[in-house]
Amino acid sequence: MENTGLSLTTVTLFLPMVGLTIIAGMALLDAEKNRENFKWVAFAFSILTFFASLLMWANYNSADPALQLVQRNDWLPQYGISYYVGIDGISLLLVLLTTVITPIAVFASFRSHVIHERGREALYYGFMLLLEWAMIGVFVAQDLVIFYIFWEVTLIPMYFMIGIWGSENRVYAAVKFFLYTMAGSILMLLAMLYVGTQAGTFALPEIVNAVQSGAVSFPFDGLFSTQSFLFLGFLIAFAIKVPLWPFHSWLPDAHVQAPTAGSVILAGVLLKMGTYGIVRFCLPLFPEASVAWAPVVGGLAVIGIIYGAWVSYAQVDMKKLVAYSSVSHMGFVVLGIFALNAQGLQGATLQMINHGISTGGLFLLVGMLYERRHTKLMAAYGGIWKALPLFGAISLIVSLSSMGLPGLNGFVGEFTILMGAFGSEVLGFFFALFATLGVILAAVYTLAMFQKVYLGELDKEENKHLEPMHWQEIAVLIPILVLIFWIGLQPVGFFNTMDTSTEAIVNYVQPHIDEIVVENAASVSEAP
Amino acid sequence: MQNLAYLAPLMILFPSIGAFINFFWGNRLGERYSAIIGTVAAGLTFPVALALLSYLNANSFQAAVINPPFLNSWILIPSAGVEIGWNQRVDTLSVSMLVFISFVGTLIHLYASSYMHGDPRFPRFFAYLNMFLAFMYTLVTGNNFLMMFVGWEGVGLCSYLLIGFWWDKTRGEGWRNANAARKAFIANRIGDFGVLMAIFLIFWTFGTLDFYKPTEVANVTAMENLRSGDDHHGEGDDHSEEGSGEHEGSQIILIAEETEGEGDGHGEGEGEGEAHGAEGEEHGHAAAPVYYDNSHLTFSQLGVFNQTIALAKLKDGETLETGVISEDGIAETRGRMIDFGPFSLDIHTVLILITLFLLLGAAGKSAQIPLFVWLPDAMAGPTPVSALIHAATMVTAGVYIMVRSNVFLYYATIDGFQITSLIITIVGATTAIVAGFIAIGQFDIKRVLAYSTVSQLGFMVAAVGMGAYAAAMFHMITHAFFKALLFLGSGSVIHGVEHGHHHGHGHDDHGHGRHDDHGQHHDHAHGEHDDHSLGDHNPAVSQHADAHDAHHETPFDPQDMRNMGGLSQKMPITYWTYLIGTLALAGIYPFAGFWSKDEILADAWKLFLGDGDLRGVIALGFLIVAAGMTAFYMGRQIEMVFHGKPRTPAAENASENPWQITVPLMILAFFSLFVGFINIPSGLANIFSFGFYGTFGGHALSDFLDFSIARGHPAPPFNPIVALTALAIGIGALVLARLLYGGGRAVNADNKDPLEVDANSRDIWRIANRRMYWDEIYNAVFIMPYTRASNFLANVVDWNFFHDYFHDTVIWKGFNSIGQLLSKPFDLGIIDGIVNGVGRVTQWFSGQLRRSQTGYVRIYAIALLVGVVAVVLLMLLPAIGR
Repeated sequence: MENTGLSLTTVTLFLPMVGLTIIAGMALLDAEKNRENFKWVAFAFSILTFFASLLMWANYNSADPALQLVQRNDWLPQYGISYYVGIDGISLLLVLLTTVITPIAVFASFRSHVIHERGREALYYGFMLLLEWAMIGVFVAQDLVIFYIFWEVTLIPMYFMIGIWGSENRVYAAVKFFLYTMAGSILMLLAMLYVGTQAGTFALPEIVNAVQSGAVSFPFDGLFSTQSFLFLGFLIAFAIKVPLWPFHSWLPDAHVQAPTAGSVILAGVLLKMGTYGIVRFCLPLFPEASVAWAPVVGGLAVIGIIYGAWVSYAQVDMKKLVAYSSVSHMGFVVLGIFALNAQGLQGATLQMINHGISTGGLFLLVGMLYERRHTKLMAAYGGIWKALPLFGAISLIVSLSSMGLPGLNGFVGEFTILMGAFGSEVLGFFFALFATLGVILAAVYTLAMFQKVYLGELDKEENKHLEPMHWQEIAVLIPILVLIFWIGLQPVGFFNTMDTSTEAIVNYVQPHIDEIVVENAASVSEAP
Repeated sequence: MQNLAYLAPLMILFPSIGAFINFFWGNRLGERYSAIIGTVAAGLTFPVALALLSYLNANSFQAAVINPPFLNSWILIPSAGVEIGWNQRVDTLSVSMLVFISFVGTLIHLYASSYMHGDPRFPRFFAYLNMFLAFMYTLVTGNNFLMMFVGWEGVGLCSYLLIGFWWDKTRGEGWRNANAARKAFIANRIGDFGVLMAIFLIFWTFGTLDFYKPTEVANVTAMENLRSGDDHHGEGDDHSEEGSGEHEGSQIILIAEETEGEGDGHGEGEGEGEAHGAEGEEHGHAAAPVYYDNSHLTFSQLGVFNQTIALAKLKDGETLETGVISEDGIAETRGRMIDFGPFSLDIHTVLILITLFLLLGAAGKSAQIPLFVWLPDAMAGPTPVSALIHAATMVTAGVYIMVRSNVFLYYATIDGFQITSLIITIVGATTAIVAGFIAIGQFDIKRVLAYSTVSQLGFMVAAVGMGAYAAAMFHMITHAFFKALLFLGSGSVIHGVEHGHHHGHGHDDHGHGRHDDHGQHHDHAHGEHDDHSLGDHNPAVSQHADAHDAHHETPFDPQDMRNMGGLSQKMPITYWTYLIGTLALAGIYPFAGFWSKDEILADAWKLFLGDGDLRGVIALGFLIVAAGMTAFYMGRQIEMVFHGKPRTPAAENASENPWQITVPLMILAFFSLFVGFINIPSGLANIFSFGFYGTFGGHALSDFLDFSIARGHPAPPFNPIVALTALAIGIGALVLARLLYGGGRAVNADNKDPLEVDANSRDIWRIANRRMYWDEIYNAVFIMPYTRASNFLANVVDWNFFHDYFHDTVIWKGFNSIGQLLSKPFDLGIIDGIVNGVGRVTQWFSGQLRRSQTGYVRIYAIALLVGVVAVVLLMLLPAIGR
């Protein structure tokens, strides 16, 4: 059954590595002469990877809930560790997100002053490809150890991107980013080792099957029991990555200090590794703990939604504002996941993509302004829609997408999530009510930012002659705009792609919802 | 004729294309062609709306549900049974709205082509207007709550863009325009929150968001009457509620635990076959059967409203079969209790929640208390925008959604008492009176009209609360004509006065603009300027800043009525049409407003005296007073603007506008006169309606709408007591205004209102002038605390605590100890070789890093990095070694 031959997944996964090898070779041959060529290699390979991922989509059968495009080769059989990759609908969509965002980030770096000034293009573009490799790896890995390796590897290029090409406080931010993620990873590592040892294999599908059939069980007895601790071990690692309130304080630093492309990838893909991890590991492996902890995690998510939006409103730095808005948006994703129903889960997956697109877009736009004026403070702008008409219009669309205007992508995800949370048997009315308040607050901070930067009189001399948009800047935004409208108006294809996969996960959890919630209800009714 | 309904997507397509062209090629097209494209795109929708109307007339008023080509379902989650489509609904309610929106909308486009002349973003303006129409049509024709919501937020966006259209004005004016726009959007978003919550409740209650499914009949009684040959245009409209109750028994196949009422239902159901046959004969096109009831559908195939009717009729513990057979062959049943996750609520309670949330949405969009504060500020937008969006169309959306949800309102009861309806009546009636009162104290010509709009919307909302849905729609339609007329008239006045001002100074610049009075932050700053403007404007900031930068003259506000006077001579067409609009708004016979306002009051009378309903008392009392205020402030405005002598050189030099402006005025004036005849009450002699009664019959509009409104109550016959009282009050208030403000006394020498000069009325007038301090209160209660809390959270909680303290003490120190623990294997030298390899790489990396930044922190980080790699390797090494 297991496919040991070369699968399309592996091809997609390792294409960036081919690019990396070429860049390394060129750098060794003559780094100075090839200075202008590295970016084209990186761009070409990220585009190739994108096409490969499209092929994956074409070959993916959405009617089949099983893992597809699988490849499995023994690596350390005595420990049950194997090179095991494959995709389901959720993985596929996130791989697509990665392969769309990476070329955008690479292309957006072409015009970056910082990279030009600090040089070391080979290293920069090499890191980009390394990062892409690791990110795709995270989404396709079906073995815990492989997953962990990819998960950790994503840290390294990001760490250096922030640390070398970031702004003033870059080292502080890079270290902080590293520390936080590491702190969580260690807990996850321990939990993984435990799970793997108990199951006798590190292959995720096999463990999930064993858990479902009862062959392996992680004893569950309330909020604090073996299963719950394992659940938390994974969850905290993922929550830091998401970041779920109150684990978010690394994010503003990392975003503000990172170069534009770094922010785009960070917001666009890296944060999704956390939410993806929750869907992939926490729910199927620890269904009872997921159900029991859902109100708590859902509560943190709702706090994050409102808190992030509230804090965003007070920001004076555009990047920081967008960073805090990510806390709010990712809160929606976590809320959707812990609704533990199909609407919530599908909405959450779609919202991961939406957030990648619109927040990635916002970071690109802020970056373009930064290139012109070398400041991210909103007070330095004002009325620049007049100076940059097209730029202003695009910013408006991306902002509206981010605040969830119906007809654009953000709304579809948020709406589905909120609907799921509302009808969820573990969350329900009040979670949805407070989360929906976040929709109002999103308008408050987004419109405030838009007004401060783009509206009002064009009164500052230095803003009056901003350089008009370069064709490369327009080109980089076109895919973002296309996706904003596509997902906003016709998301059916995306829902279809993940439908059977989310259904499978819901089916893992559903019996335990009935069990635990009904039990609680029974105990409540018995009480008097 | 059947196929005419398939034209419905064109309603949205035409203005979308217009917007598209103007967005992308507008600047190249130039003003003239840009205006033509915009106006034609709007104009084409009017014949389409008429075609849809003729479709309904030819097809027994049977609604059609259209799937636009190229658009599949929108949100489709098979595993969760979610299917929300892009479907359009052509029924009598949506078509009534389409007809007047497209008509008024086209005229306003034409008007704007002259009004906006010379604006640097002229094509953009037309693009926005077109985009607005597209969203408005989406709102009205959507067949489910979510598609309606797309239009709902879409029009809000266009409103935002158009209120802030002049965001680049100098001297802070542009900033205040942008503030007004933002305020409007956020007030609307608060309402949207309500709509979203209502949508979630609706979905989890009914499993669908569709109003009605294809072939589903909305109002069975109306269709039955049609079949049984009743002259539906005649007096036969007094079908009682009980009657309709019996008929609806037949709407669905109810199998289990039938009650008496459903017994009839079966009888009707058997007649179904006949019904279809009969229809075939009558209309001669068997291809499109007309359904007279819903017996061909099972419960689960019904839309939300008919499901509501079916569920609400159940007694406690009773269930009905949904028509869905589960996998194990058991027929699904539904009872009155609805489950939401951990909660379980009775259908009536659910409906109360739904309708209250919808009311919040309506209060946002239709500018009702407590969310109405955005609408007066919205006058910052160009005048055609005020006319189209903030008077005639968008602001009626809240009323529309409640009329659409009439079934919900009917069953939103506690022990049979329609609690939401009472609340809606109170909100509407209070808003009508509060806004009418504030309007009396305003000097800005558009601001008076804005408060007037809020007040009139209050009438409509109150009518909805009373269950007089047709009356609300009737008032909405007449109001659209005469309020659009008044706004366009005010625009014409402003334009004329502005022109006069420039003329007087030998300028012909076109700097239109709006003097936004109070941006949220400025009230306190000049609240003391009582004698001049009571904070209504900041004299330092004029909308003419552009044009007058070089002159340093006293700023001039062409919207301030104190700067006008005597314009009836200068602008005769504007004057006469404005006068017609005023009389229509004041409810003077035979103008349109008379008929529609009278119907609302007659409804209140009937509820009050006929049924002793509390809603009737509230509505009648409040609305009669509000009607008197309406006539008064309009009379005041006429006196201040048009009568007396010109008070400024600008008014002296004002002149009439070109045809693009006056022709729409004349057309709208014509309709303001006659549009009231579409719904003349029954029981009124033909002679009072100039023969229209004989042509249209009584209550033509009510009967037409009846096919979409399942739970309205029948329109009351003509009520001479109410009509004459209201008329007397209206005329009396106009005469009073004439006495107070007429004959050159509109303002005294200090530019003060006579009511302010008089010590008896001074205090109360000042409260009206200061808009009852709503903005100040909101600022103090909501905006400031929100902003302060935001700063506190961001700077203290998030930054000082989470970012610094938590990071430095917990994370950093924790890591220190763990790092030491992890580095032990290195110290022990167990894996020297590998570490050396890793170390070389690390050294190189850290060298790279050192070049850009120095500091010990980095070394720490590198050590940690090595630590991680080491942990992974440690785990794998024993395996490799084996």
